[in-house]
Amino acid sequence: MCLAVPVRVTELLPDQMAKVSLDGVSKSISIALVDDVSVGDYVILHVGFALSKVDAEEAERTLAMIRDFAGMNP
Amino acid sequence: MKYVDEFRDGDLARGLARSLATSARDDREYRFMEFCGGHTHAISRYGLEDLLPPNIRMIHGPGCPVCVLPVGRIDAAIALARDPKVTLCTYADLMRVPASGGMSLIKAKAAGADIRMVYSTLDAIRIAEAEPSREVVFFAIGFETTTPPTALAIRLAAQKKLSNFSVFCNHVLTPAAMRAILAGEGEGVEIDGFVGPSHVSAVIGVRPYQFAAQQFNKPIVIAGFEPLDVMQSILMLVRQLNEGRCEVENQYGRAVTHEGNLKAQAEVADIFELRDSFEWRGLGEVPASALRLRAAYADYDAERRFGVTTPSAKDNPACECGAILRGAKRPHDCKLFGTVCTPETPMGSCMVSSEGACAAQWTYRRFDTQRVAS
Amino acid sequence: MDLSPLRHAEGCVVTKTYRRKLDIGNGRVDLSHGAGGRAMAQLIADIFHTALDNDWLRQGNDQSVFEAPKGRMAMTTDAFVVSPLFFPGGDIGSLAVHGAVNDIAMSGAKPLYLSASFIIEEGFPLSDLARIAESMGAASRAAGVPVITGDTKVVERGKADGVFITTTGVGAVPEGLDLSGDKARPGDVLLVSGSIGDHGVAVMSKRENLEFDCEILSDSAALHGLVADMVAAAGAALRLMRDPTRGGLAATLNEIAQQSRVGFRIEEAAIPVKPEVAAACELLGLDPLNVANEGKLIAVVAPEAAPALLEAMRAHPLGRDAAIIGAAVEDERRFVQMTSSFGGARIVDWLAGEQLPRIC
Repeated sequence: MCLAVPVRVTELLPDQMAKVSLDGVSKSISIALVDDVSVGDYVILHVGFALSKVDAEEAERTLAMIRDFAGMNP
Repeated sequence: MKYVDEFRDGDLARGLARSLATSARDDREYRFMEFCGGHTHAISRYGLEDLLPPNIRMIHGPGCPVCVLPVGRIDAAIALARDPKVTLCTYADLMRVPASGGMSLIKAKAAGADIRMVYSTLDAIRIAEAEPSREVVFFAIGFETTTPPTALAIRLAAQKKLSNFSVFCNHVLTPAAMRAILAGEGEGVEIDGFVGPSHVSAVIGVRPYQFAAQQFNKPIVIAGFEPLDVMQSILMLVRQLNEGRCEVENQYGRAVTHEGNLKAQAEVADIFELRDSFEWRGLGEVPASALRLRAAYADYDAERRFGVTTPSAKDNPACECGAILRGAKRPHDCKLFGTVCTPETPMGSCMVSSEGACAAQWTYRRFDTQRVAS
Repeated sequence: MDLSPLRHAEGCVVTKTYRRKLDIGNGRVDLSHGAGGRAMAQLIADIFHTALDNDWLRQGNDQSVFEAPKGRMAMTTDAFVVSPLFFPGGDIGSLAVHGAVNDIAMSGAKPLYLSASFIIEEGFPLSDLARIAESMGAASRAAGVPVITGDTKVVERGKADGVFITTTGVGAVPEGLDLSGDKARPGDVLLVSGSIGDHGVAVMSKRENLEFDCEILSDSAALHGLVADMVAAAGAALRLMRDPTRGGLAATLNEIAQQSRVGFRIEEAAIPVKPEVAAACELLGLDPLNVANEGKLIAVVAPEAAPALLEAMRAHPLGRDAAIIGAAVEDERRFVQMTSSFGGARIVDWLAGEQLPRIC
């Protein structure tokens, strides 16, 4: 039910809408639930709404931790 | 797909599997409930159980809103849809859920009810604007993830002064269900820790799960939906248990902050209030576990507008969905599983949604089970 | 039963004396276009004749008579109800030709002739009908398979969705070739001719309420040229071919598993999926394995012939991205199982019910 995907914001539109893209597929979504969205941000998209922003540093940190746990740190 | 593909890397998954094999102590079992259907789906779809040591057992929890919706609420939605002036808008997931008397939304639609599948609450608003002579009712279900979009639709309808739009609200709350499961522990349910919700937590943050760690001594790791997220979180749970820790940890920091999405929380709080109690399929009546529209938005509340009553309806007595949702039984413990109950002819709700424990087991993993329908 | 042929020839049914040109630019199909009278004759003449012209149609008979080749023949029929009618990379007209041609070709046969039957909804724009007929004509000429007989019916508004087309095809099976869905044996190799899910995603991108933008075009194409090359390369080692249309690769493999009483083991990493298709499926909550294709085929071949077959497929423009994706295995339960990129296994099942986008 809580299916959601990270998508990149490519254009801000009127009425708290934005155009987002996922690997060449683009769609208009509502960004009314998230503050301070800028072009280039990644947001979590769920049923047509951005639910939160993706924190790039945190994503890197998690990946580093996964590599560490997996014993595969470079 | 950025932030997706990195978390589906096969080499890293095998590395995590090796780590898990060495971390999991041989002298004990680890029983973890993944609360969310999204995790159940990921575990089945990527075959993650094959990568776990045999003494780690995953229990599929009730975090599939389609699965926990009681039959009476579906019956009520069908009754609404049969009103000739009503157009019922619903997420596609609900179309095939079995209701009383062999009915379902998809069958009601075939029989002439005006039922439309929508992708977003905004589509329902658009339909209400385009067809002012129709009473457009949005059949709202879901946990905290799906609630803010419903709240926004109601706000939008109020701003636009839409007089033909209302919401049949069935939104439910995750922490209340976790509490109900933990309070019922001992009745066949034994859980050592939780793989915590992804996007529910993006909305509500970390704090609402503290009770499970503090009052019930169960570690929780909030986990992303990608397969590496799930494996990593299981490993974090194993380490907590091995080290005697019991905390709420956040593996999904890239989307979940400590406070959650305050703006979404404020929207929801403005429009909805707690119900005293709400029936969950499998869990029964759970106090303070669901939302309804505040009196200020009564005009948009389909329950008040149409005087909706929720008839009490019984599940098939042989159906074990209830025990399965609580983690007390596994899908193949049910006599109906894979015999009369399959995704084509679901008897219980766990077989309907692909996130349901039974449908996931049947669709992706039925080679594991003893009972095989020919 | 009124099986009105595509009757059109000047001076035959339609004469210059009453003929006023159809207003294809602005006109609409009305009930008189299906009533068997002059209006119908004119619709057929101005739209279908123009688009599909050939010797058989020109004869203006209620049926077409043709030379039957020696040996075994293949026959198929298929109804097309796609919505929307026009989609990126094709339309219902080209699709109706490709669908019938491919179903014939999957037997290894050379497709020879098609028939086409149209059910048109009252009010349908003549310009759209002309566009569909022209697209059908172009597809039929490109494939070298003429539409030699047909039928037109008009139903009241609301009784159909624009236009429905049914095509029937016949073809000649080369001597010594006997492909069938029950011929897969454990150990046989499974190939796919290219990336999966393109057609379904292209169509869904234009569906109301799902609307998204992407560059994906439908893969709708006639595959008999590719098939001829495959037959030449693998000959009797070829067990069967099938085009994974509705229900996608998953449904097709399950069908064959049932027919042949085998299981399949496929490798997720080996299955070609375009990034945009994967992304669209991610957004809609779909599995590319369940999404329809209209220009792809799968082939099961004896293991020793697999390398030559793969090479022949890749040498053809419609098989450029062909790949070996798995093998038939012994399994009395007839499961199709997929090894994920992690090494974990799961069942690949038929889709339950309709393909409802899994929103949540």
